Amino acid sequence: MEYFVQQLINGLTLGSIYGLIAIGYTMVYGIIGMINFAHGDIYMIGAFLSVITFLVLGTIGFTFIPLALIIMLLISVVLTAAYGWTVERIAYRPLRGSFRLAPLISAIGMSIFLQNYVQLLQGARNKPLQPIISGGVVLMEKDGLTAYMSYLQMVIIVLTIVLMAAFSYLIAKTSLGRAQRACEQDRKMASLLGVNVDRTISLTFVIGAALAAVAGLMVTLYYGVIDFFIGFLAGIKAFTAAVLGGIGSITGAMLGGVLIGLIEAFWSAYFSVEYKDLAAFSVLVLVLIFRPTGLLGKPEIEKV
Amino acid sequence: MAVQTQTLPKPLDLAPVFKEAALAGLLTLALTVGLVGIRTIEAPGGLSFDTRFDDVAWAVVIVFLGRFALALTRAGRPLPALIGSAAVAAALTFLLLIGEGDPHGVLPFDDPIVSWIVVICAVGLAIRAAVVLGSVEAGSSKAADREQVMDRIAAQFQYATRWFGPLFAAFAIALPFLPFGDRQMVDLATLVLTYIMLGWGLNIVVGLAGLLDLGYVAFYAMGAYSYAMFATEFGFSFWLCLPIAGMLAASLGALLGFPVLRLRGDYLAIVTLGFGEMIRIILTNWWWFTGGPNGIGSIPRPTFFGLPFDRTPEEGAQAFHTFFGLEYESIHRVVFLYYLILVLALITNFFTLRVRRLPVGRAWEALREDEIACRALGINPTNTKLTAFAIGAMFAGFAGSFFATRQGFVSPESFTFIESAIILAIVVLGGMGSQVGVVLAALLLIGLPEFFRELETYRMLAFGAGMVLIMIWRPRGLLAHRDPTITLHHGAAAKAHR
Repeated sequence: MEYFVQQLINGLTLGSIYGLIAIGYTMVYGIIGMINFAHGDIYMIGAFLSVITFLVLGTIGFTFIPLALIIMLLISVVLTAAYGWTVERIAYRPLRGSFRLAPLISAIGMSIFLQNYVQLLQGARNKPLQPIISGGVVLMEKDGLTAYMSYLQMVIIVLTIVLMAAFSYLIAKTSLGRAQRACEQDRKMASLLGVNVDRTISLTFVIGAALAAVAGLMVTLYYGVIDFFIGFLAGIKAFTAAVLGGIGSITGAMLGGVLIGLIEAFWSAYFSVEYKDLAAFSVLVLVLIFRPTGLLGKPEIEKV
Repeated sequence: MAVQTQTLPKPLDLAPVFKEAALAGLLTLALTVGLVGIRTIEAPGGLSFDTRFDDVAWAVVIVFLGRFALALTRAGRPLPALIGSAAVAAALTFLLLIGEGDPHGVLPFDDPIVSWIVVICAVGLAIRAAVVLGSVEAGSSKAADREQVMDRIAAQFQYATRWFGPLFAAFAIALPFLPFGDRQMVDLATLVLTYIMLGWGLNIVVGLAGLLDLGYVAFYAMGAYSYAMFATEFGFSFWLCLPIAGMLAASLGALLGFPVLRLRGDYLAIVTLGFGEMIRIILTNWWWFTGGPNGIGSIPRPTFFGLPFDRTPEEGAQAFHTFFGLEYESIHRVVFLYYLILVLALITNFFTLRVRRLPVGRAWEALREDEIACRALGINPTNTKLTAFAIGAMFAGFAGSFFATRQGFVSPESFTFIESAIILAIVVLGGMGSQVGVVLAALLLIGLPEFFRELETYRMLAFGAGMVLIMIWRPRGLLAHRDPTITLHHGAAAKAHR
């Protein structure tokens, strides 16, 4: 039982990170119907920027941890959002309305570019970081087995919940959210009714990148080590999460993220660690075969 | 007199031009301040960093000026933009050529290549300004016109292949005997031909059937590993293993394809990518069967129909050079491998060209264009896609066993996603469905970088950027044009088409 609870906590933490990345995929897919393959690399850039900010803060003698974390979060979010905007502007906007596979191939090119850009500038080796938040609470203890929840895991889960609430409010109540939902339903009609479609799409990428940056910061704190290649696997898993939840659905993305996190944690705990990535891929394949619309997705109608 | 009114100078408002350039500069600052300005260094006591704010400042200035010139061109003042960017390009080129010995070039970037890229961008701006300047005087030229011109060039090029295609094949056959056909050249040609063959194989899947397969390398790996295992465990010869590897890869293709081919294009892409990665993870972790990360070594080298290329063959066997009464030379094997892949690649090409004319080939192309119409006409989309998928996989399996016998060693490292991306890039860059496009793209992507070995660090960076730029420039690839394979009223339609 203790072991189970422990895995549950680990899975939820991991799932929060995947869920935040998955939102970026699902929003972009909902609006322009493309898989933003470079999104995983945006998340990687977010992680690098938070490491860099932390190092700079440490050097100038900033030691008050909570404030330092907030500064890291803000800087990483703003700078990563700039990347999200630029990627859309350069690689996707010129291809809007073009041949179906063109944006996807352009996105793969962008992903390769971003990986090598970071590798070239920051080096190929792992970037280790000492733990910033330590300590935690023991939830259960029996027969020497403990279920332990670190403060960091609490921060990650709480922050994710807060962000999700804020984000749901943004989609449901603000004018930007309305514009996004309008573009998702019918881009041409929305533009006829005075919605600035280009701007809405750009902002979607910015928001997606900002959430990915938060996930990047979390993963930096959680694992304490990053490299330029982390975006690839995390991207695929987050995409799996988005598909599992039903692509286009934001609650679905979060739910899918948590499920993928749990599947991965339990698979590693009860089966084998070597094949944990296989679990995510198998889930992706199974979902697409048996329920292509995902758990919360709407069936897609193909028109001639 | 409409032209006259256009050339009349309009009052120019500099404020929006400045604003645009300043925003671009600000964005560059945001993009570069973190990753370019601060470099992390792994120090003994943890991570430390190094600052490079001069690079950031230069990048901001360069982008500001470039955007300023572009905005000026757009605002109808191409002349100052032309003069400015041409002057910058000329001055930088001059300084770069003068300062050859200085490793940093003129701008304080680590590598003169970055400075050269700035020069290229400046030249691009100048050309753009010149085009705008020219078009104001000689009437406007639209992007659609340019696209049509490119299409016509592509069509003519395609048509011309009928003549120089055989010439090219003859050149490929003669290559080892030409004066520059030394060992290095033949090796490079073998490498390029391997990618050409893979490109042609994937072209069936992506180009003809329109299925985006991001896990093509899985079938390549399947071919390589099945040859490696059959040859090392059972001692099968290459010629026996080749069909086995092809069949196994095709069965894997059918097996994987069957459940996923009902999916829409981009879902299919991600699932195939997932499969590619799954195969690699299995190859890495199933160590007692596949040798794990260490792979399988000492794979038998190919023989000339049973005649080995060894200096001293085993007891009772006859070597290639003694059988033909030649002096022993190690290049014999290299040349043989070259001809082997040449034949395999030409078979792939011939097969594709013929199968395009069969009903199934036509069904692939029809399916690529409109799936719903195909279903209405009674074509079973799943089966049709499945044949394309399996046949494409079969050729990857052939290429895989060639890879294994050439290297003598296989490991999961050779079959990463980037390999799939390179093969896909060859197909897409060349123009989907274009056989000669694949050759052109393979020469560009695989052959060319071998001559620029010193740019190794920038290779993948340029590769990714190139993929994006080519997609923006010509979303269907360099030599893509819609050429109907079958036309009604053959003579008249064909004439009209050309």
